[in-house]
Amino acid sequence: MTALTIDNLHKTYRNGFEALKGISLKVQAGDFFALLGPNGAGKSTAISIIASLVNKSSGSISIYGHDLSEDREAAKRLIGLVPQEFNFNMWEPVVEILVNQAGYYGIPRKLAFERAEIYLKQLDLWEKRGTQARWLSGGMKRRLMIARALVHQPRLLILDEPTAGVDIEIRRSMWRFLQEINAKGTTIILTTHYLEEAESLCRNIAIIDHGKIIEQTSMPRLLSQLNTETFVLNLGNPLEAVPDLASYRVKLQDTETLEVEITREQSMNDLFDRLSQLGITVTSMRNKQNRLEQLFIDLVDRSKREAP
Amino acid sequence: MKPWGLYAIALRTIVTKEILRFMRIWVQTILPPAITTTLYFVIFGKLIGERIGEMEGYSYIDFIVPGLILMSVIQNSYANVVSSFFSTKLQHYIEELLISPVPNWVILGGYVVGGVARGTLVGVVVTVISLFFTDLQINSYSLTLLVFVLTSVLFALAGFINAVYATTFDDISIVPTFVLTPLTYLGGVFYSINLLPSFWQDVSLINPVLYMVNAFRFGILGVSDIEIAVALGIILGFIGLLTLFSLMLLARGVGIKN
Repeated sequence: MTALTIDNLHKTYRNGFEALKGISLKVQAGDFFALLGPNGAGKSTAISIIASLVNKSSGSISIYGHDLSEDREAAKRLIGLVPQEFNFNMWEPVVEILVNQAGYYGIPRKLAFERAEIYLKQLDLWEKRGTQARWLSGGMKRRLMIARALVHQPRLLILDEPTAGVDIEIRRSMWRFLQEINAKGTTIILTTHYLEEAESLCRNIAIIDHGKIIEQTSMPRLLSQLNTETFVLNLGNPLEAVPDLASYRVKLQDTETLEVEITREQSMNDLFDRLSQLGITVTSMRNKQNRLEQLFIDLVDRSKREAP
Repeated sequence: MKPWGLYAIALRTIVTKEILRFMRIWVQTILPPAITTTLYFVIFGKLIGERIGEMEGYSYIDFIVPGLILMSVIQNSYANVVSSFFSTKLQHYIEELLISPVPNWVILGGYVVGGVARGTLVGVVVTVISLFFTDLQINSYSLTLLVFVLTSVLFALAGFINAVYATTFDDISIVPTFVLTPLTYLGGVFYSINLLPSFWQDVSLINPVLYMVNAFRFGILGVSDIEIAVALGIILGFIGLLTLFSLMLLARGVGIKN
């Protein structure tokens, strides 16, 4: 079943700026989907239209088969949104924010309190339930928005840069939480600027630029498009000069760090054979750049070159 | 089939939230009108009023009590909705409502009932204070209550429209200061329009507040400068117009959606 269908969606703002130029997109139920794009590409506009925060110019959207214009209330009940900016009443206690949100979905107050307790506990906010939201840290505010988006138990959860400005420990705990709710059946659409986040969490991806979808595929298929990868090798013995590794492009970062570019046709085994022959010991290695990041930059650069 | 249960819970949620909001800040919302009206009773009712003598067959303080009660209802119903809905926009938590399946009429209804709740509470407080200065005899309980509630609804709607268009804090104080206050003061709260020359009597008739104050005064004292049926018709007409206009603004997303 399709969780989200977007068909030929256009948005032109009053100042004449065309934010979306006819995007079409399908997200399957149960998917963990990445919607990526540079700043100003149209991601947040698309999400805001899905969430009914911005009026579309034309096109159609349906959520689990319910058209957002024709069958508005049924479609809206299925969506949960974690927006980019904090958008709750800073003067309200944490638990009230969740209970009120549940009330807007017709959830009785007693059940709303029970749900609030579940999600606040899962997101480590239960101790702060009576605290006014303005006193929470940035990471807590982000988690509060996730709890609020889940309180009516939506089937489609949209997260617009949920981990922006959050430290790595909290970010990882948020990733685990999102993977858990996805495993239980919630479809998730994620936008993020942390591409390693998208690579490790998402199974399918769309890249949007200048208001158009420039790529939509599965994550493994996209990553397989990568022609070259650059690895950073930490050496056991220092080198004075760049070693001769035949067809490999090599750069010495410093005497103990070597940078090697490998194409799809070349193999790691062959590289290590050559390094061994030269008596070079490798103690550890890592990708110089996240693989998705490298592809993302290539695709967006290509889109810019092709733009009129 | 419409999910009426959902609508009822959503409406109750908005109303409860609104009541909790103005009760949390009662020093700003309930106390000032109580103090201001007490001063009106002392200064205009007692000190100056005793020298004025009778108006329309009643002592001056008896004459102004209905107007002062209704003035506090008007100001507080308006102020509650304009400040609350503007904050909702300013801090972007209007998005909590926009994303949810709550229909526009429930959103409008919730804020209007919140405004009426504050108007009613302040009106009751002012009425209780007035009992220290006068013996309040109600001529018609039903008419008094009807005008009280309808006037409160009308100005809650007006406050909502003001908040929809407001983009700065100045915008939510301009209308109350430069429109609402003059209309209220010139709406027969402190005098009968029979005291005015005929030209100014005619001019006064274009002020909608005059009809509300007189209908409310008739409910309490049994005297009015205006035909009651006309006054009720005008109040209901304005409520109808402002309701339709507010719903149109919400449907188009004016001031709240791009």
